[in-house]
Amino acid sequence: MKRSKEPLVWALFSSGGMLAALVLPALAFVLWFGIPLGWVPAPSYEALVAEIGHPVAKLVLLGLVTLSLFHWGHRFRYTLYDGLQLSHLYGMIATLCYGGAAALSLLAAWVLWTFPLP
Amino acid sequence: MARSIRLQIRRYRPEDEREPVWESFEVPDRPEWMVLDGLNYIKDRLDGSLSYRWACRMGVCGSCGMVVNGKPVLTCATYLSALGPDPVRVEPIKGFPVIRDLVVDIEDFVRKLESVKPWIIREEEKPLSEGEYLQTPEQLAEYKQQSMCINCLLCYSACPIYALEPDFIGPAAIALAQRYNLDSRDEGTEERMDVLSQHEGIWCCTFVGECSVVCPKDVDPAGAIQRYKVKATADWFKSLLMPWGKR
Amino acid sequence: MSYHSRVDRRWATRRAANPEYEPYHPKWHRKRVPIFWWLERPSYTKFITRELTSLAVGYAAVLLMVQVWVMARGPGAYERFLAILASPAIVAFHAVVFLFLLFHSVTWLNLAPQALVVRLGGRRVPDRVVLAGHYVAWLVATAVVAGYLLWGVP
Repeated sequence: MKRSKEPLVWALFSSGGMLAALVLPALAFVLWFGIPLGWVPAPSYEALVAEIGHPVAKLVLLGLVTLSLFHWGHRFRYTLYDGLQLSHLYGMIATLCYGGAAALSLLAAWVLWTFPLP
Repeated sequence: MARSIRLQIRRYRPEDEREPVWESFEVPDRPEWMVLDGLNYIKDRLDGSLSYRWACRMGVCGSCGMVVNGKPVLTCATYLSALGPDPVRVEPIKGFPVIRDLVVDIEDFVRKLESVKPWIIREEEKPLSEGEYLQTPEQLAEYKQQSMCINCLLCYSACPIYALEPDFIGPAAIALAQRYNLDSRDEGTEERMDVLSQHEGIWCCTFVGECSVVCPKDVDPAGAIQRYKVKATADWFKSLLMPWGKR
Repeated sequence: MSYHSRVDRRWATRRAANPEYEPYHPKWHRKRVPIFWWLERPSYTKFITRELTSLAVGYAAVLLMVQVWVMARGPGAYERFLAILASPAIVAFHAVVFLFLLFHSVTWLNLAPQALVVRLGGRRVPDRVVLAGHYVAWLVATAVVAGYLLWGVP
């Protein structure tokens, strides 16, 4: 009997979920509230650009974004199957979710690749 | 004290009605009575046509599972007086076709349980002369929790995925597969993986967790399934990256 | 059904009040799952809410990339971006998304002990300890991220 390829996407989903759980709240708090609302001493534009320019920083960001997107894709796929009882649209939903995650990840890779080096 | 409590039973007589209906009965409100005692009172004295399953009346056979006030419970282990004074609603287990009144057809579960081969699988049996298979307390502890399953199907009633996906093999079947996978005497993990690694095996499960909440024997099927997902994923990557490994 | 005569069937169905009754093959009742099954029990609603947090996770990832892209277009663009982030409507929206992110973290970490059985020296590590370990990891990650953004970068 052929074995399902679910383990691959499940691995992405669970590592994305753990990473998102540990890192995203702090990141969101600083980037969405702390800096824009002036609650914290904000790093300057030049300093941020210099940091993001590092290849290591780009890789870390790409990893975070890709895993988070695949976490969303896998989980949302099952939310649509079970929450809205759309499991008969198996192929279409899988394409939408994983394809969407892959496409957005590629877009992120391009954004980071073309990010100006200081 | 001639206090009584009202039991609302979901009756279904296929020769008389298309849909199930509610019927009320007044039974004595005795402090030591379980819901099962109330049902037996109805069958003995009020309406002999009430159909339901029960056997051991002490929570080890798994026959008397029903949905009481919306929760799947063993009726022999649920105090009637604790549920009053409002009417107590008793319905059959969710997710299975209703044959009559509170009796459901569990054939689907039995088939799925058989498909995971819930017995010790060995390539070669030890000859009797070599004695019994020895097991340390630590080896027993690995699978003991999952071995407590009494097939009462409360977990299937609680699992929303089982109601939505007709092919999902369900919490108890996977927990029992794990009971054998983790047994040190068993060598059948690979064989069971064929069934479990299908979409309808462990991957349908989205860790709702309700199965473990309602389990009367604390089997924790949800935990067993998640741990198996981790193992199945690790094995999948191993076989992908190191295909020369022993299979 | 070929071994039952037509007379048998007509007799049985005439006696039955339910016209769909098939003798010898009774119509077993199978209830359809309603579309809003997840509103029927609080535990199911909590489950669906937990699953919907994946949208917040995806959104955070996308917004992070949008921010990087904006920053590539110069300091003026970045200032305008920050101003949009600071507008009341966006702050309110992000407050909701942030709550969903927190809900994701809490529910994810709380499930960790069930999914992970850790054995040290032959004995199983108690669930409380596994849980505490995960929350400590969350605290450390938060400190690292916040510390890096606020002190490591400038």
